[in-house]
Amino acid sequence: MANTAAHADDHAHDDHDHKPEGFLDRWLFTTNHKDIGTLYLIFAFTMACIGAAMSVVIRAELAAPGLQHVQPYFFNQMTTLHALVMIFGAVMPAFVGLANWMIPLQIGAPDMALPRMNNWSFWIMPFAFLMLLGTLFMPGGGPAGGWTMYPPLALQGGASVAFMVFAVHMMGISSIMGAINIIATILNLRAPGVDLLKMPLFTWTWLITAFLLIAVMPVLAGAVTMLLTDKFFGTSFFNAAGGGDPVMFQHIFWFFGHPEVYIMILPAFGIVSEIIPTFSRKPLFGYQAMVYAVASIAFLSFIVWAHHMFTVGMPLGGELFFMYSTMLIAIPTGVKVFNWVSTMWKGSMTFETPMLWAIGFVILFTIGGFSGLMLAIVPADFQYHDTYFVVAHFHYVLVTGAIFSIIAAIYYWWPKWTGRMVNETWGKFHFWWTMVFVNLTFFPQHFLGLAGMPRRIPDYNVAFADWNLVSSIGAFGMFLTPFMMIAIFAMSKKSGAIAPQRPWEGAHGLEWEVPSPAPHHTFTTPPVIKPGMLAHGDVSH
Amino acid sequence: MSDTTHANPDVYYVPHGTKWPIVGSFGLLFTLGGAALWLNEHAIGKPAMLLGVAIILFMVFGWFGTVIRESVAGTYNKQVDTSFRMGMMWFIFSEVMFFAAFFGALFYARALSVPWIGGEGDGALTNFFLWKGYAPAWPTNGPAQIGGAFETIPAWGVPLLNTLILLSSGVTITIAHHALRAGKRTQLMIFLGLTVLLGATFLWYQAHEYLEAYEHLNLTLGSGVYGSTFFMLTGFHGLHVTLGTIMLIVIWLRCARGHFDRDHHFGFEAVAWYWHFVDVVWLGLFLFVYVL
Repeated sequence: MANTAAHADDHAHDDHDHKPEGFLDRWLFTTNHKDIGTLYLIFAFTMACIGAAMSVVIRAELAAPGLQHVQPYFFNQMTTLHALVMIFGAVMPAFVGLANWMIPLQIGAPDMALPRMNNWSFWIMPFAFLMLLGTLFMPGGGPAGGWTMYPPLALQGGASVAFMVFAVHMMGISSIMGAINIIATILNLRAPGVDLLKMPLFTWTWLITAFLLIAVMPVLAGAVTMLLTDKFFGTSFFNAAGGGDPVMFQHIFWFFGHPEVYIMILPAFGIVSEIIPTFSRKPLFGYQAMVYAVASIAFLSFIVWAHHMFTVGMPLGGELFFMYSTMLIAIPTGVKVFNWVSTMWKGSMTFETPMLWAIGFVILFTIGGFSGLMLAIVPADFQYHDTYFVVAHFHYVLVTGAIFSIIAAIYYWWPKWTGRMVNETWGKFHFWWTMVFVNLTFFPQHFLGLAGMPRRIPDYNVAFADWNLVSSIGAFGMFLTPFMMIAIFAMSKKSGAIAPQRPWEGAHGLEWEVPSPAPHHTFTTPPVIKPGMLAHGDVSH
Repeated sequence: MSDTTHANPDVYYVPHGTKWPIVGSFGLLFTLGGAALWLNEHAIGKPAMLLGVAIILFMVFGWFGTVIRESVAGTYNKQVDTSFRMGMMWFIFSEVMFFAAFFGALFYARALSVPWIGGEGDGALTNFFLWKGYAPAWPTNGPAQIGGAFETIPAWGVPLLNTLILLSSGVTITIAHHALRAGKRTQLMIFLGLTVLLGATFLWYQAHEYLEAYEHLNLTLGSGVYGSTFFMLTGFHGLHVTLGTIMLIVIWLRCARGHFDRDHHFGFEAVAWYWHFVDVVWLGLFLFVYVL
């Protein structure tokens, strides 16, 4: 008996720790969800650094009125590419990387459902960005018409138009395959006992996000295809002389674009819903309400798109419909914020680094949510539209929202990935440094916008000089944070304290039932779920 | 059937690594990068694109070949089968949404933007200052009459015939599926073959219709918003029928080699689903592009 057990152990050991030998086998041909997740995260970090460098160019130019460092046309390339790189290159791949790492661990699956397609989803991305960033070195430079690619302006670019369109197609193929994989994994690979309404919130939010991705990425592909044919094949989709309408592009684009906004925030909701209960040592308040709130937000995201275009001259009925439907989103979002706060209420809270980022998320994301409500009001939006107020708003939801949650997730799950703890002092320093400089960067932009400073301009009225300088100082401080992150995590990997299986006292869920670092192949057979193993609900016997 | 112990329903199945995805990525890069260079009138563009297409074809053969061999060898268990099914269903849903973008463009142009340029709704000033004298109508090539006067293809000729052809092909593939489940291989081969022929006939008529449009009706991709929506919708649909027909030929060949049995024939079903999808899209096209 003992013999058999030992043998089984040996066998298990072989299975668990066996990594492919060669570099190419390990990283290029891989079907392993953890390695693919790592690739996604490294790619996203690299892109975030490139995007951050572009933002430094932008803020350096805007530090003072007048033109000082770059020409306006190059400035426009920077704003356009900063957005495309950060959205499609940094935030989305980072969430997909986290999904790859954590969803199989959270539901007791061996890997993603379609591991080879998973590989392809990742390995399309570097090529897509090679094409997109390559345009910077072409005649006419990179795309400069804004990331929203509105015609006719976007069609007036040089060689970059076709490359941008095809790069977007490739990103779309990658996202759709990644999303299909996530849905198939969650619906098909849950271990017996992990019912849908017992799944961790991160997995839940990703299930809904994946649905959004499959529903809207093809619409974006259609929209940019029409751009391409309008430019090169003589179609008139967006040309009023031929019976088309440039505003039609905006409708189709934002039918993609608004769900896209939630694609970049729903997984963040999931991450925060994991971290806050852990460090409050209480179950998530209103688990089911949280799930339904995410589903409602996802549904509403399909019927609010035209709030991005209140000033294009829509009929009054349209303006009113999109205003009210947009404001409805505040209800499920409010449910989420109140439930996070209620989870913390009377909890035995501690403030380890992941928790700091999560609380920072709740506070600052809510500020971004409120400025969103202001923008939703049609008559007010006539004033705010295309000003720095909008820039402030979406950076609050994307930087202090999405990016904060990604950093929180990395701090939270890093011990599970690497088996090493992160230095708490440096982690907290990283948080407070970011907290100071991110607010210094973006909060003054509210004032600038309300005072009337338009977005996407390299020069401005001297009346805006002071707050722009403050904002630029903030941005330069922010630019140090990626280097801080590299140092902190390299230090942890090299000499961090050894992480136990459950590094956070209050953490529940299947990912904490496997060793740290998680073995290369986690579950070869469906794990047996015992009472108390799951974070939400419990197994019925 | 070789080693069936692999397909143990109690043990998770994870496939070994593969070189095909990275090959596919290079294929995509060459195809789309080449196409972009070509559109920018760069000499290297077209050969690069053709090379890319060749690489993608190589990848598709290689990747599907690997999966088919593993499937025939009985490597996959029930769970893998379900994953494949879900993958195909959601892929078809993504295709539906791709077509939705173009249908959306058609509805928006017909119901909103064309009447607005013509002065309806809130468009009185637009019409007065920009497009004076333009009376909204459908079909239209806009106030500037881009592409010149054109005629449209009547719905009740070839398009109706093509509708009947596609609907019949939906019936024949269903008969073939029932034959497969009943183990009647000859019937399977005949009706699957008929489906291929119907698909090819559809494409032949479609090509004929395009020639007619370009040569006699002056209806082109450049015929304003009508030509744009007409050719993009029917063109992408035709592309999908072409793909579907190739897929049907592949499973016909696989059936001829004795692949698929009564209970395990996901490859067949996936193609059948896809075929029904192009069928349904065509019904939408027939109604909104041709009839109305």
